[in-house]
Amino acid sequence: MALPGEGVRVALFATCFNDVMWPETPKSVVTLLERLGCTVEFPLAQTCCGQMFTNTGYVREALPLVERFADVFEEYDAVVAPSGSCVGSVRHQHGMIASACGQPALAERAVDGAQKVYELSEFLVDVLGVSDVGATFPHRVTYHPTCHSLRMLRVGDKPLQLLRHVRGIDLVELPEAESCCGFGGTFAVKNADTSVAMGSDKVRNVRSTEADVLVAGDNSCLAHIGGLLHRQRAGVRVLHLAEVLASTEKDVAKEMAL
Amino acid sequence: MTSQPSGTYVGMPAFPTAAKEALDNHQQRKNLHHATHTIRDKRARVVGEVADWEALRVAGAAIKDEVLTHLEDYLVQLEESLTRAGATVHWARDAAEANRIVTALVQAKGTDEVVKVKSMATQEIELNEALEAAGIHAWETDLAELIVQLGHDRPSHILVPAIHRNRAEIKEIFTHEMGKVGQPAPDGLAAEPAALAEAARVHLREKFLRAKVAISGANFAVAETGTLCVVESEGNGRMCLTLPETLISVVGIEKVLPRMTDLEVFLQLLPRSSTGERMNPYTSMWTGVTPGDGPQEVHVVLLDNGRTSVLEDEVGRQALRCIRCSACLNVCPVYERVGGHAYGSVYPGPIGAVLNPQLRGTTSAIDKSLPYASSLCGACFDACPVRIEIPELLVHLRTRVVDEKRSHRLPSGEELAMKGAAWLFSDAKRWEKAHKGAELGGRVLGKKGTLGRIPGLGAWSDARDAPTPPAETFRTWWQRERGTEK
Repeated sequence: MALPGEGVRVALFATCFNDVMWPETPKSVVTLLERLGCTVEFPLAQTCCGQMFTNTGYVREALPLVERFADVFEEYDAVVAPSGSCVGSVRHQHGMIASACGQPALAERAVDGAQKVYELSEFLVDVLGVSDVGATFPHRVTYHPTCHSLRMLRVGDKPLQLLRHVRGIDLVELPEAESCCGFGGTFAVKNADTSVAMGSDKVRNVRSTEADVLVAGDNSCLAHIGGLLHRQRAGVRVLHLAEVLASTEKDVAKEMAL
Repeated sequence: MTSQPSGTYVGMPAFPTAAKEALDNHQQRKNLHHATHTIRDKRARVVGEVADWEALRVAGAAIKDEVLTHLEDYLVQLEESLTRAGATVHWARDAAEANRIVTALVQAKGTDEVVKVKSMATQEIELNEALEAAGIHAWETDLAELIVQLGHDRPSHILVPAIHRNRAEIKEIFTHEMGKVGQPAPDGLAAEPAALAEAARVHLREKFLRAKVAISGANFAVAETGTLCVVESEGNGRMCLTLPETLISVVGIEKVLPRMTDLEVFLQLLPRSSTGERMNPYTSMWTGVTPGDGPQEVHVVLLDNGRTSVLEDEVGRQALRCIRCSACLNVCPVYERVGGHAYGSVYPGPIGAVLNPQLRGTTSAIDKSLPYASSLCGACFDACPVRIEIPELLVHLRTRVVDEKRSHRLPSGEELAMKGAAWLFSDAKRWEKAHKGAELGGRVLGKKGTLGRIPGLGAWSDARDAPTPPAETFRTWWQRERGTEK
């Protein structure tokens, strides 16, 4: 039987913070997409989508990154990133930034290019048409839908469709799941007290599920929630959706043997 | 009982400072959590019943945009219609001018008191304080406004200004304060909604029957007919709009609607979005003076107070679509924790964060900080009945704040950091070298996995551990495993 990704050439947009801080996440995307038959490339000229600059008010600094993104990924039919937030920035802000800086031609390129940039769960469900990716992950898991994947990209329940097909998983619903965790980029430091207050409520809901693992599609939000959980020595770990979906029986066996 | 002084917002601290204090008010947080979740759930239920809700939102936004695009024409038409119907129209450029006009009108009636319908415009211009300074008592008659006024407090919500109070606190306020300004609360007043409402009813009744002048705002002003409309729940508005001899309405210029039929859209959008009701209990409409029926002297003060400067900004002007429903406050995770006072304005929450810096400019500490008082979660846009892109507006205003800083002083630490990071990202080779630094850090910190409190990074690490960088970044791994080609 042909694999769903056979003949599909994909550019991985790792995103800057995953690249540097959470390499296991983009590695998992490579593993997963290759397992599904895709050809994965990692254009080395990529850096950052510019969201941190844009959302802090530094649009001028974001502009060269909009251009870089358009240049680097123009030749690909599909670009996949393990981040709802960065894809949200590409899709909803790049055109606006170029327009605001008086570059209509770049704005047009950015808007066109953004149409083939996908968040991981969108690419798997909408483009490859799979919801069972052959993963095994025998743990009690709860899922936090990150704001930008939910309300900018409207991924809906695609991540949950994927998780429901994972073998061995004990997937439990997170109360008040759609409430923001309080990360919000530089909001987390500019308004640290409010950010932590929001995060504390998220953590309380996570702990009420008695899950061992909190899964989400953005490592930035997970760094915030995970940072709170770890400070409390809560014994709940956080993991990116890609890593759960990449996990197979073999990985589980290896983990058990350790 | 903690209470904020009433009156001016001048000198408000930046949002993070005010928020920190508000977060420590445990009773307020509990009250807010309960109230916002209750209204949020009610709204979601009644909005869910309307099959064409999205079409209504689109229509609401389109009507408002039509008004904003041709505001001058519609305002002139409104003035003509109002004048034809026997009303007197006044134009006020700013708060001071509006307050002068209203004060003079009240003084001309030879009275020292007025009853008030709940009105955001009159709060915005601090009319009560201006009247008080002229020796005129302005009695708020909306239940929640009464609680705020009697408590020498400030409103913290557009629709439910006493949302930060619970019933026990309200009982205390009524018991101690009502007698000082009129009919006292009954002995042994119970902290029960029905008893509290009855005490307010009795207290207000004598004021309704005595007052010669009423002051209101308007939710809508119809240009083609000169009809003003007030939407309310308690009937206090109806009392004010019908009993006194003189009615003065202060109306923001963006409240104009072209046609009577446009109300069809907004009278569906507003109650469901604000109180979570299918229809509000009282909808009052009046068109100038009706001989022998209701107020025989009707004044309308059309208020600019910064609105035309908002209109100049092509992105920012959509904030003027706002119909003051407060749905964005009720769904906002920041508002839910912090409450309304920290926003330093009668317009708190997400809409306040985009409206105040535009109406007042971005010069004060609070107005510079408001565009940042959001995690950009997007819940406000989803709830907004007129589709104001609040997150996009927040980002737009952050850019304005940063650009203003750039233009007139040495670069801040933040600006330098942003420029440094941008420089790093502008060249893949440079970015690659930065990886080496991160990897070195990762190797030094070894298998620690997370970091606790980090000097200089207190804003993050006071309450959150931080991850350590890995010994090998993804890029290095890819090049090692797959070679240097793509």
